[in-house]
Amino acid sequence: MAYKLIGKNFIPPDIEAKVTGAADYAEDFRADGMAHVKFYGSPMPHGRVNSIDLSEAEKIPGFLAALLPEEVKQPDSPVGFPILTSEPTYFGQPILAIAAETEQAAADAIAAVRMDMELLPFVTDPLESLQPDGPNALDGLNVAGSDIDAQELKWSGRDFALADENALPRGEAPVEWSFGDVEAGFANSAVIVEESFVHASNAHHAMEPRSAAAYWEGGKCHVWGSTQSTAFAQPGLANLIGIELSDLVLVSEFCGGGFGGKGTTYPLMALPAVVSRKLNGRPCLLRVTRNEEYNNGSARAGFQGWAKLGFSQEGRMLAADIYVVQDLGPTSGFPDFNNVGSAAVIVFQPEAARFRATPVLTNTVPKGPQRGPGENQAANMLEPLLDKAARELGIDRLALRLANAPGGGVGAKYGHEQGPVTSAYLREALEMGAEAFNWTERSKQSGMRNGSKVRGYGIGEAYHTAGSNGFDGLVRITPDGALHVHTGVGNLGTFSYASTSRIAAEALGYEWDHVVLEYGGTTKHVPWNLGQFGSNTNFTMARTNYVAAMDAAQKLKEIAAATLGGSAEDYELKDERVVKTGDESAGMSFAEAAQKAIEMGGRYDGHEIPDDIHPMTQASASAIAGTGLVGVAKDNLPKDATVPALAAAFIEVDVDVETGKFEILDYHCVADCGTVIHPMGLAAQVRGGAMMGFGLATSERHVYDPQYGRPNAQALYQAKPKTYLDMPAQMNWAAVDQPDTQSPMGTKGIGEPLEGAASSALICAISDALGGHLFNRTPVVTDMILNAAEGRPQSHKPLATNTV
Amino acid sequence: MTDVMHNFELFQPATLADAQAILGDHEDAWIIAGGMDSLDWFKHRVKQPSVVVDIANIPDLHGIREEDDRGLWIGATTTLTEVNESEAVQSRFPVLAQAALRVASPQIRNKGTIGGNVSQDTRCTYYRDGFPCYRAGGNTCYANTPTAMNREHALFGVSRCVAVTPSDTAIALSALEAMFIVERRGDRSEVAAADFFIGPDIDITRMTSLEPGDILVGIRVPGKWAGSRQYFEKVADRNTWDFALANIAMAATVDAGAISDISMVCGAVQCTPRRLTDVESLVRGETPGEELETLVKRVAARGAEPLNFNHFKVPLMENLAMRAIRSLA
Repeated sequence: MAYKLIGKNFIPPDIEAKVTGAADYAEDFRADGMAHVKFYGSPMPHGRVNSIDLSEAEKIPGFLAALLPEEVKQPDSPVGFPILTSEPTYFGQPILAIAAETEQAAADAIAAVRMDMELLPFVTDPLESLQPDGPNALDGLNVAGSDIDAQELKWSGRDFALADENALPRGEAPVEWSFGDVEAGFANSAVIVEESFVHASNAHHAMEPRSAAAYWEGGKCHVWGSTQSTAFAQPGLANLIGIELSDLVLVSEFCGGGFGGKGTTYPLMALPAVVSRKLNGRPCLLRVTRNEEYNNGSARAGFQGWAKLGFSQEGRMLAADIYVVQDLGPTSGFPDFNNVGSAAVIVFQPEAARFRATPVLTNTVPKGPQRGPGENQAANMLEPLLDKAARELGIDRLALRLANAPGGGVGAKYGHEQGPVTSAYLREALEMGAEAFNWTERSKQSGMRNGSKVRGYGIGEAYHTAGSNGFDGLVRITPDGALHVHTGVGNLGTFSYASTSRIAAEALGYEWDHVVLEYGGTTKHVPWNLGQFGSNTNFTMARTNYVAAMDAAQKLKEIAAATLGGSAEDYELKDERVVKTGDESAGMSFAEAAQKAIEMGGRYDGHEIPDDIHPMTQASASAIAGTGLVGVAKDNLPKDATVPALAAAFIEVDVDVETGKFEILDYHCVADCGTVIHPMGLAAQVRGGAMMGFGLATSERHVYDPQYGRPNAQALYQAKPKTYLDMPAQMNWAAVDQPDTQSPMGTKGIGEPLEGAASSALICAISDALGGHLFNRTPVVTDMILNAAEGRPQSHKPLATNTV
Repeated sequence: MTDVMHNFELFQPATLADAQAILGDHEDAWIIAGGMDSLDWFKHRVKQPSVVVDIANIPDLHGIREEDDRGLWIGATTTLTEVNESEAVQSRFPVLAQAALRVASPQIRNKGTIGGNVSQDTRCTYYRDGFPCYRAGGNTCYANTPTAMNREHALFGVSRCVAVTPSDTAIALSALEAMFIVERRGDRSEVAAADFFIGPDIDITRMTSLEPGDILVGIRVPGKWAGSRQYFEKVADRNTWDFALANIAMAATVDAGAISDISMVCGAVQCTPRRLTDVESLVRGETPGEELETLVKRVAARGAEPLNFNHFKVPLMENLAMRAIRSLA
């Protein structure tokens, strides 16, 4: 279908401020009389505060107040995430906060705090905690997670003894599901691949740390924060502060990176607000340092895992048996583990599968979702096993993937319920990518030696669920004729707050320069939207903006009918006018209709609003009532299937077997993102996702000295996200560009699998260059490559985690 | 890790004499130029000097001059970018130009000085994080325990401390047998690279022979190796903003196909740049080729004593030495 805006490039309105430095982030907040807040981070991985002596801190000139753990709301759950705590469960966790006249004074006062603490048992390795007498990260608790009661779970000595040396022990699992006849699948398999593996945890590395500012005025708490999700973050933030949602004003026009780590509410965003409350509302700024961001900024969860995959002679996956132990950190974390299982099912479409998972609490950085949480680890852990199977079967690695990948649109099966999907074109993505990359011919050069360099090729695939529903849309046509799209998505940097707004403009036939985007905070009167995360924005807010636009369209027609005669069905929208079908001379401009809407009032200008919309949307719609024609609706469009975002990537590398270094020579990624909504935005996502994926694959990881429980990689140069100079000069991309069946204009998200496809392709390519050597560990770091090339043992123990 | 510096008194002298006078008045003064290492220490409040002397604005400490012996004098505050982009450095001492180019990132090279690069402190994560280790004045090494994360640490020269030299240019300058010009209380002396960089066996709290109050004025690269065959290679996890897992620098002369003289230095394998004397004595008079490369690989890392997580540095060091010799073929 031909669209005016969809599929076309445009410049999102926040770009200029970002590239010129004019953008104001939370840390840029300034106010007269502003106080500065610093916090005291735990010097130990698990401890108890016996006493706090503030006498010296209070003597620091400029000291204003200290906020102690007992003064803030504590979570209901033992695996909750407190703002301040007297029993820290990870290194660097905030124990108390101090406000002072200057940041210098606040820092000096923190340095003057005398804290008597007791070191409690701690653990950084999940398997160690599962040992019969292993330590618990929390008092009496070592297992938790989404939909799992926090509990103490120990595997038996027998469980550990039954595992082969260097294989994952597989004791009782709180999560277990299966479908099909797994044992029969293995019995019928021509090749069975069985491996244990480790995937490291890693930091989010947002360029903008989670600094925040707050003040109280007129009974409301005003917060300047860094969030991916302007609307979605608000209920949790209000709860942390202890106020009603209606008493929160959140400003978040820009977000300097989140990658999932700022997808929902986090405690540090509330800290300046509660300090400010103690100072009678005085403005407070909490500037979070890189080091503090590293310790408190959320992280991707690592895994210790095992998989057994059975294949037919043709490469069809007949059975999959997967077990993962997740490093949960000290809180309930994020259910990456569930996503490992769901990713394996959608990408490989096994005929039978069993999945088990045990999420284990550790005294490491709290874990949260990070781009493709679970799905991308699954890609890195499992894609190399497909290569091994292909080699053992003697078939091409592409052929094996094509034998399993979902394609043809609908028909693929999702999850252990084997439910339907809205659209899946991974097979087509593989075919398109293989042709563009010339896989069949180029991959024949696998193993080609040029001096100390060996050529390798890899294919990666990845998935993320890409759509939700039930949220609200809100648009407004003002008497000047402009369309205002109110969006609560958040400005993460993917531009999808803007690109999804174009759905409303497209639906109403607007020129883009007649559209005003209302985003960046509650003052913009945003509707209840899902967060800017999980590759969900596109599908979910395409629907909300579409239903709001449709509501506006209906009202335009009704206003025209009421003004010009006839019924609404007699009218259509054309060139920002509502005109009589067949007689365009009879009509009125949108501007005139907006003025008329104000005169008519009621449901036309927002004074009457639907009953089923969220209180946040009700408040926003009420706030703009009387200023134009208001379109507002809840997304009640049909949705009865899972929305998969899928990607396939092809990569060519040279691995230097004398140094362990590699060079990416070529990269090509194909996205199954439905109808392409914004080509330049997609290109940026492909490249950015690949860059993040290459780091995930080969350099980023948490490192803990298990004796001290302290992180050894707390700086960007230590934690090693990739840089521009690690990237190929050019990265190629394409999209299948097939519309999704349950998105109004066929669009769906793609952000997350673009990383997992890249990372798994790179791991497979390095393995290929080394003759199919399986590292069974992510990241594959320089020393691992060199040790493998030299035939030396690796330094780490096979299942050790949080280690170099 | 407050990210907020402590209060200190800042002096920005315009002359060397003024700088010396200030240093004479303040025993614990900390010298700063580009600030690329110093500011991290201050922001993390691990080091809190009460007086800081910024020598970046002293003209006598800056620039690159040609010496009579085809050598070069490089002022201590000359930036790494300036060193890398110097035509004289590139033509006479490409090993130094390449080493300067591989330091950190373009932004850091634009601010960071060669004096700061050679005299920066070690990057041992335990030491940097404020662990009270030997180097920090304590009584243990946290990086050499049964569980320590010591992938980046030393293969040689361990004496309580297992930290390694982080500098790329130090390796090249050592291979070029550079002299370090040090001003101490009005006296100027030239210190050979072999003596300028010191290990924990000499002083566990310092990486160089510079004592409090000393000013590194400049570096004299003698003409001995000007125009010789030179080689530099750095292996790090990332191609920018990363410290070497190992690096190698070589200067050599080849006469009638045989190696007549050579200087080869490996970095990030001990606290000081490691001169590969076994390799040097092996290859002098030999013709580069596969057989010689095999022998070089055999001797390059002899005596290495790997820690828990760094045995990969043994083949890495061997291979880098081999590749340097290969470049002479």
